[in-house]
Amino acid sequence: MARMKFICDAERCIECNGCVTACKNENEVPWGVNRRRVVTLNDGVPGEKSISVACMHCSDAPCMAVCPVDCFYRTSEGVVLHDKDLCIGCGYCFYACPFGAPQFPQAGAFGMRGKMDKCTFCAGGPEKDNSKEEFAKYGSNRLAQGKLPACAEMCSTKALLGGDGNVIADIFRERALKRGKGAEVWGWSTAYGKPDNPQQQAPKGAKS
Amino acid sequence: MISARKLIIGGLVVVAATALGGCGEKEQVIKYEQGKYQGKPDTQPWENAPADSLYTNSTWTKGDKSSWESALRARSQNQNEYVHIDR
Repeated sequence: MARMKFICDAERCIECNGCVTACKNENEVPWGVNRRRVVTLNDGVPGEKSISVACMHCSDAPCMAVCPVDCFYRTSEGVVLHDKDLCIGCGYCFYACPFGAPQFPQAGAFGMRGKMDKCTFCAGGPEKDNSKEEFAKYGSNRLAQGKLPACAEMCSTKALLGGDGNVIADIFRERALKRGKGAEVWGWSTAYGKPDNPQQQAPKGAKS
Repeated sequence: MISARKLIIGGLVVVAATALGGCGEKEQVIKYEQGKYQGKPDTQPWENAPADSLYTNSTWTKGDKSSWESALRARSQNQNEYVHIDR
């Protein structure tokens, strides 16, 4: 297996925030913490593009490099995780991350930071798999249940793909090659079928 | 006794050596050392039995990494509409 990765197809994302909701629900993420969010460029302008962003589980993760207490580790599937028992909430990882993935719950009245929280690729953390402790600290461990991240599996337009990098890259490649251009980019005929005779004219006298 | 001339020459040699020492191309970038994970060890996802999971239809053999990977690869294809539509 290669590395676990996310790909978001900007041609398909409709900014429904279903991935954000799925993540919040699956992991019971507290208020103020957004492990995943949808970013839209040129919002409101025709041709706007949206993309769903979370931790990219970098192969050479900057968060890992700057952590003063070395609480990060990478699993054999390439998922970047951290030990919350060790995290001191310093925020270095937040400044190092180019994607804004590390999140900090506001633990007090004076903006005091809690321990860092981020997307785990639904792989839990360093606790007993599928235990209450793991769920409380890191959320759901779907990989240990033979599932993929909830955000990707819940995506209604399948814009967000998650899983083994090689597999999802093949899915994306096949899609990009087959969908063509124009209206086909959105999968019009995939959804509604191709016309039997595209050259056929409407019968005379028929009302539209 | 050291003559004044030798003293001046010696001084010039020291000054020249010090000045030339500044021309060296020494590495001036800090070398960061990658830290080593200090936290608790984690278990592998394939160490769990499928029966321990709720609502999963993936099947793999407990402890067998390759069967777990195959199960995930098969599940990944649910994201590919081209494999389950009639074209």
